[in-house]
Order: sequence, then structure tokens, then C-alpha cells
Amino acid sequence: MVNSPYVYALGLAVYCSAWTYYGSVGAAARTGPQFLTIYLGPVLAAPLWIIILTRVVKISKSYNVASIADFISLRYGNNRALGALVTLICAASIIPYISLQLKALSETFQLVTSGSTEISHNNWLEDTSFYIALSLALFVTFFGTLSLDASKNKKGIMFSIAFESILKLLFFLIIGIYVTFYLFNGTGDIYCQAEDIIKVKSLEGLSEITSGINWFFNIALSFLAIFLLPRQFQTSVIEYANKKQISKAMWVFPLYLLLFNIFVIFIAWAGIILLGDNVNYDYLTILIPMSQGNNTLAVMVFLGGLSSVISMVVVSTLALSTMLSNNLIIPYGFLGKFSGEKAPKNEKTIKNIRRIAVFSSIALAYGLYAGIGTDVPLFDIGLISFLIIAQLAPSFFFGLFWNRGSSKGAIIGIIIGFAVIMYTYLWPFIAIEILENPILLTPSLFGVEFLHPHYIMGIDYLTPMTHALYLSLLMNCCVYLYFSLFFKGNYRERNYGEVFVNADDLDENSDTSLVWDGKAYMEDIQSILVRFLGEKRTKRAVTIFRKRYKISEDEILADARFINFSEKLLTGAVGSASAKILIAKVANEKPVSLPNVLKILQESKEAFSSSKLFESQSIELRKLTEELRKANEALIFQDKQKDNFLDTVAHELKTPITSIYASAEILQEDTEVPQEIRQQFLNNILADAKRLTRLINDILDLEKLASGREKLDIQKMDISKTIESAIPSFDAIKLRRNLKINRLTIDSYEIEHDREKITQVLTNIISNALKFIQNKVGEISISGKIDKSTASYRIEIADNGPGIPQQDVPFVFDKFYQSQDQTLKKPKGSGFGLAISKQIIEIHNGKINVDKLYSAGTKIVIEIPLKKDKYE
Amino acid sequence: MSKILIVDDEPNIVMTLEYALKKKGFEVFIARDGDEAIELIKTIEPNLVLLDIMMPKVDGFEVLEFVKSDKQFNQTKVIFVSAKNKASDVEKGIQLGASDYLTKPFSVKKLTEKIEHILK
Repeated sequence: MVNSPYVYALGLAVYCSAWTYYGSVGAAARTGPQFLTIYLGPVLAAPLWIIILTRVVKISKSYNVASIADFISLRYGNNRALGALVTLICAASIIPYISLQLKALSETFQLVTSGSTEISHNNWLEDTSFYIALSLALFVTFFGTLSLDASKNKKGIMFSIAFESILKLLFFLIIGIYVTFYLFNGTGDIYCQAEDIIKVKSLEGLSEITSGINWFFNIALSFLAIFLLPRQFQTSVIEYANKKQISKAMWVFPLYLLLFNIFVIFIAWAGIILLGDNVNYDYLTILIPMSQGNNTLAVMVFLGGLSSVISMVVVSTLALSTMLSNNLIIPYGFLGKFSGEKAPKNEKTIKNIRRIAVFSSIALAYGLYAGIGTDVPLFDIGLISFLIIAQLAPSFFFGLFWNRGSSKGAIIGIIIGFAVIMYTYLWPFIAIEILENPILLTPSLFGVEFLHPHYIMGIDYLTPMTHALYLSLLMNCCVYLYFSLFFKGNYRERNYGEVFVNADDLDENSDTSLVWDGKAYMEDIQSILVRFLGEKRTKRAVTIFRKRYKISEDEILADARFINFSEKLLTGAVGSASAKILIAKVANEKPVSLPNVLKILQESKEAFSSSKLFESQSIELRKLTEELRKANEALIFQDKQKDNFLDTVAHELKTPITSIYASAEILQEDTEVPQEIRQQFLNNILADAKRLTRLINDILDLEKLASGREKLDIQKMDISKTIESAIPSFDAIKLRRNLKINRLTIDSYEIEHDREKITQVLTNIISNALKFIQNKVGEISISGKIDKSTASYRIEIADNGPGIPQQDVPFVFDKFYQSQDQTLKKPKGSGFGLAISKQIIEIHNGKINVDKLYSAGTKIVIEIPLKKDKYE
Repeated sequence: MSKILIVDDEPNIVMTLEYALKKKGFEVFIARDGDEAIELIKTIEPNLVLLDIMMPKVDGFEVLEFVKSDKQFNQTKVIFVSAKNKASDVEKGIQLGASDYLTKPFSVKKLTEKIEHILK
């Protein structure tokens, strides 16, 4: 359930925060449908997930990546500075965003509780939002940091986010339907009325080419955000569990966004119509029902907003705290301390660092909120957040597809990009919106007009937002490309560059994809692992490692695989940069030259493909061996059977000869044999001679049938007559032993068969049955029917004898088979009867079997095809 | 008077042996399979057993094993009389402790001579 693709897709809907819930309507009321760009970006990005997200997930799962900072720093060789920088960027993006959430939450709370449409700013101790922020902070601090390994899924959180996503969508749709269809007569009605009040035409869409460009950049912005926002990285990558999730999310998530946006513009217009322009447009969704006296609905809307805030804050701070601890605080301050401590203490320390990080980021957000006035529209703060996070785009996307991207390029690019934003957007924003002092802007830097923050180089047709985005990304990319092209990264980042770019070949369990050259002792590395994972986990992990690569216990030197394996393990706990530093402390690492890297990579690739080839060959070989073994077993079995057969033949032939020999010898030697016994001996001699003759005939018959030398006299005749003809020969014995032989239904049908041979078969089977049934009560039933389903004629001969023991059933048609259970008296017969019968029936292309389901005795079933194509 | 147990599932062969041995003055008992043979060995404690090998259920080898495994019958002589004439079978029989191994068909005269010799 928690791994369900729907939970995953709805978890992605953490994208829709209070910003969407309230800010979209506000933006729609102010500037028209431009708010849609924020959702069009993700919708356009969704089809690309199959390529990009799949790759990111694969790498992240392979290397226990726990955040986007980890991911980017890993790509550039576990670069500590880069990880820290990305973390700072994320913090800069998240904290204003959280403060935006707090702002929305506290203001809507005031609206709903006070019932007035005015929002006042109180002293922080009287401010409800302070307490809201505090409780949120406490909640996340203890809820989100339970597990040390931040790269592992937190299924409970994912599930509650999915639930909240349903809740907020549902409530938003309800208010939309309420406004559109209850307060107004549908969308057309709202449009007509709005047309009179506001200039709807100007809000409708693209009026000229410049607004098209603005649209383009806004869409690009949200396109980048869906990949880069830490909370999106958390839900889409860290919480990823299986393949189905991405393919499902690719359509569920855009659908979700579509549903969310259906009513936005209509609520906005309706708000303007109903409430005029003296209200805060951001809260139209609450103000409309309140103005209609429908407080229940207003509270409901508030609850929807609350759930969107909670999920956003929880996930964002969770992601942020992991980054702060793993990529900033631990690598820059605590590593030395950890090296000397024991595992439980380290784990506790790390968790505490995370808790403090969570708590302080929310506190900081609250401070920011308290500093910003109430008048700043939600939408604008949200855009700042997007704008900042977009600076990670070059290092993230180039890094995924271009192996030459270097850490230097990434770091300088991000810094330059951020600086550009600071100058072109953040500073003017602070000056205008917060300090409310536009004079700070003009005259702009050094009084040079073309350096005006909003119109650098005279570009005056872009909004400040798109202007900042365009310029910052342009600079960021240029710097990234320049430094990547002209300053080669070290071996480590080139190495990871190869891994990221060739991630599709990445074997998730492989520790060989990285090159490492140096000297380290297993023991040293293990002692580091113990400090972070504990004795038990370390021991288990090392055992698994030794087993996987068949490394003996005596091996004291660690190889590249063990180094990589350990780094991965540590990455989950302390982040990739710290993991690298920790390992590097005990490992005497030598730099690897590029040709070396390429060579080893090539080798591992070849090893991989040749091992695949080997694997397929060995499967073939195993198959072949298995076949040989089976053939051999069959041969041995046949050999043994032949042996048994010869033994049996010898026994069967010698027995009558022995009897004849002995009897004749006595008669010859001993003249005093009494007349009575003499007669008996002579009878025995005759009987045994007959037995011998019969046996020899049977053997010859069978041989002839089996070799095909015996030509059958096949004619088209009524088979019922053949069956009838087999029965009278038993009349005498029937009378003597007081048995019954029943003729059941015997259908007439013309079948090509050898009457004499079929009669012989039936005689054999009936004689067999006679041997086992008891006098007086014994009964044999014979039937013959046309069986259309198998297109054959079915003869059944059933008796009420003891039946054939289950274990003997497969052998009854073998030569010389005689039941092992014949204890008292050996039935007469050569042991060839059923074998000959089988041969005859098979020449008729038919089948002869024992009906295993028949429990009242023995039932032999013969099936002869109605039409026989060809006789052999 | 020595007791001889004939173990064979072929009545005609048994008949000739029974006649010939009785004539020589032995007390003759008859078993038609291995199970019956073991029962009779326990009850009548014969001096000698003429043992067929290929019999349903318990075969001759198993009967001999039983005889040799029990101290009470340690002195019981056993002669195999079998259609099996492979060297391996003969060897097995002798190794298990049979006094002799005759292959079928056999001469009644020679068999009785052997019996008399063994029981002396």
C-alpha cells in the first residue's frame, strides 16, 4: 500500500503548497492566467521523467544519496565545498518558502477565527503564527529524524503526504464548485459578469510577443523546480521504491495539477466580482465563503490549506536538515569529533544536529515572516524560491549528461548565478517590498542606466522575474561551461562523471564502477564503519561484502571495491562528502590519472559484458550437462532393465528346463519310482515343455511386433464383433469357477484393425483378470463405446479383483512384469501378455492404460483411433 | 535324521527335489517364498536349506542374510539353487556364507551327493 504508485504520485503533489492553494488565486486575480505557468512546467517535465528521473533514481539508490546536495556533490567527486554550497542555496530557497507557508497559515487562521476580512499584525507573543510555527517545528524535529540513514524511505511520511494531497485537492474542488455553480451559474456566467468589471481581455493570455517570452521563462522556471526543489527531490528520488511509480506518476501527477487548476481563474474572477478590489486577493478562497456567511466552507478551505502547509514544511525541513547536517555541519565541524567516538553516541549526535537544523530553519523562516510585511503577495515569494533553486540546474542537468562538467565550473556557476539574482531581483525586491524604499534602486549601480537591476543592458521587455532568471541562468551556464572546458576536474569527479553519464549501465549492486588507487587496511575502514553504523550492522555488511566478492577473512588490505562499498554505507549516514573524507583519513589515496581511469572503466565494462557472456554460456553448459546427466541416467536405467530382462528370460527359460531335467533324471535313474509319482513327473515334463514352447513363441511374437517384422492383417471390420469373439473362449472357466462375465454396451463401428491380434489382446487382459478375481463373486465387465472427444473407440475391461498396487501401475505393461504382491501362488503366464498387448495396440496407433481412478478393482482401457492414417 | 528345507516357488521343481531327498532319508520341508522360508527356519531349525534366489518379495540372498545374522542358525548350511549363473551372483552367494551354489538346471544326483557331503 505505501509502495503503491498512487501514493508516490500523490506524494509528488507536495509541490502544491499554500502557494498554490491561495497564491494562485491571488495571482490570477491580479495578473490573469500567468499563474498557470507554474503548473505547465511540471506537466511538460513529466514525460521526461522516464529518462531523467529514472537515471537520477538509479544513481541515488546505488550510492545511498540522501538529498540533492548529496547528489550534486557526488557527481563532482564528493566535493565537500559544492555540497555545502548546494545546501546553502537550498536553504536560501526553502526558508523564504517556509516563511511564505507560515504567513499564509497565520493569516488564514486569523481570517477564519476573527471573521473579519482585515489582517492585523500583532506582537509575536500574541501572534498565532508564532505558536503554529513552534508546534510545526517541534513536530518535524521529532517526527522526521528517527532514522539515521537519511537515504532510506520514510514510508509513513509519504503516506500522510499522499493523504493530505487528496484532502487539499478535494477541498479546493469543493470550493471551486461552490463558487462556480452555487454562487454563479457556471463558468460562462462568471466570465460575462467579470467582463463588465475588469478588463478580462487583458487577462486572457498572450497579447504580444514579449508576454510570450515571459511565459516561456516562467514555464522553464517551474520545469526546473520540479526536479530541483529539495522537497521534490525528497519525494521523487529518496522515497522512490519501484519502477511502476514513475510510469504511473507520469500521468497521475499532471492530472492532479490539471484538476487543481480548473477553478482557479473562476474563483479569482468571482472574488473580484463579489468583493471588489479592497481585499487581499490571496485569500479569496476563504473570503468568498465568509462573505456569503458560509463559515463551514471557509474552515474547510483553511483545513485544506493547513494540510498543504504541513506536508510542504515537513518534507522541506526534513530534506533541509539532512543537507545541513550531512553536507554542511558534519563535514565542516564534527568529523574529527566523530572519529573518536562510539557508534550510539555518534548516531545520537547526528540526529541531534538534524533536529537542531530542522528547528532552526523553521525558526529562521518565522523570523523572516515576521520581518516581511503582510502586503507581499504569496506568489512573488514563491517565485523567489524557484528562482534561487534554479541556479542548481546547470550543474544538475549538465552533470547528468556531460562527463566533462567539473566541480570548479559547478561551484563558480552557482555562485555567479546567485549573485546575479541577488543583484537583479532579491535586492530590488527587498528594497521595494520590505524596506518600501524604491529610492535605493535609482539611480542604479554607479548611476549607469544599463546596469539597472531590472533592465540590464537595456532589456526592458521582460518582467523583473524572467529577467533575473534569464540572466542568472545564462551567466551560470557560461561560467559552468567555461570552467569545465578549460579546467579539468580531478580524477575523482571525472570518475563520477563517467558513472553518472553512463548510469544506464549502472549495476546497482556493483562496487567496481569506481576507480581507486591507494592503500588502506580493512581494519581501519571497519573501525570507521563501526563508529557510524554500530558493531552489528558493520559486521553484517562486511560479511555480505566478503561473500559477494569471495574475499577471504585473512585479507587485510582493502581494495577499491571495499572503499566504494564503505563510502556508500557511510553516505547514507553522513552524506557523500563526509563519507569520502572519513575514508580518506585512513586510506592512503593516490591520484589516478585520466588514462588510468578510462582504462579501468573500460576494463570493468568489458568484465561486465564478458561476465554476462560467461553467465549465458555457463547456463547453456549447465543445460547441456543436465541433458547429458538425464540421458546417462536413462541409459543406466535401460541397461539395468536389459540386465533384469536377461535375468528374467534366463529364469523363465531355465525353470521349466530344470523341472524337465530333474524329473527325467529321476525317472531314468530310479527304477523304483511309484507309478503314481512317475505319472506325475511325466505330466510335469509335458506341461513344462508346453510352457517352454509358449514362452519362446511369446518372445518371438514380441520381437516380431517390436521390430515391425510381423505384418498385421488390417481390415475394416466391425470392432464389436471382434470384442464379442474374445468372450466365448472363457465360457468353460466361467462356469467352473462360477464367475460372471458381463457384456455391457458394445457399439458397432467399422474400424481398420487386425481382428486376430485385437482378440489376442482382449484374451490376454481377460485371462489376467481371471487370475486375480475370486471364485463365485468374481466379475468381469466389458464395454465398447465411441468416444467422440478423442475420436477413438474405447474398450473398457473392468474386474472386481484386488486392483493393481499404485506403485506397480507404471510397470504393468513391461515385459515380464508380474505383480510383487503375488505371494501365495504364482499366476500362470509368461509375463509377456500385457507387453505384447501394448505392442499390438500401439501398432494400431492406440493406447492401453490402467484407469488409475477406478477403485473397485482393475480397469484396463484401450483406445483405438476411429480413423487410422497409416499402419507401420 | 537331518532336516532339509526346500525353498522354491516352482512346484514342479520342488516335487522332484522332495522325492529325491525323501528317498535318501531326509526329513523334507517346503517353503514357496522368502517369508515362508524364514518362518520355517525359525520353527523347524533345518540342518540345510536349498535356496532359490529369484522369488517374489524376500529373495534368496535376504533369507541367507537372515540365517547368518542370527547365532541360533549359525550352523545351518545353505545351498543356493538358482537360474542366475553370473559369476558376480555366485561370488555374492558364497561370500554371504552359502556352502555351495548350484545353477539351474541341475542334476538331482549331483545335488543329493553334495548335500550328503556337506551334512557329514
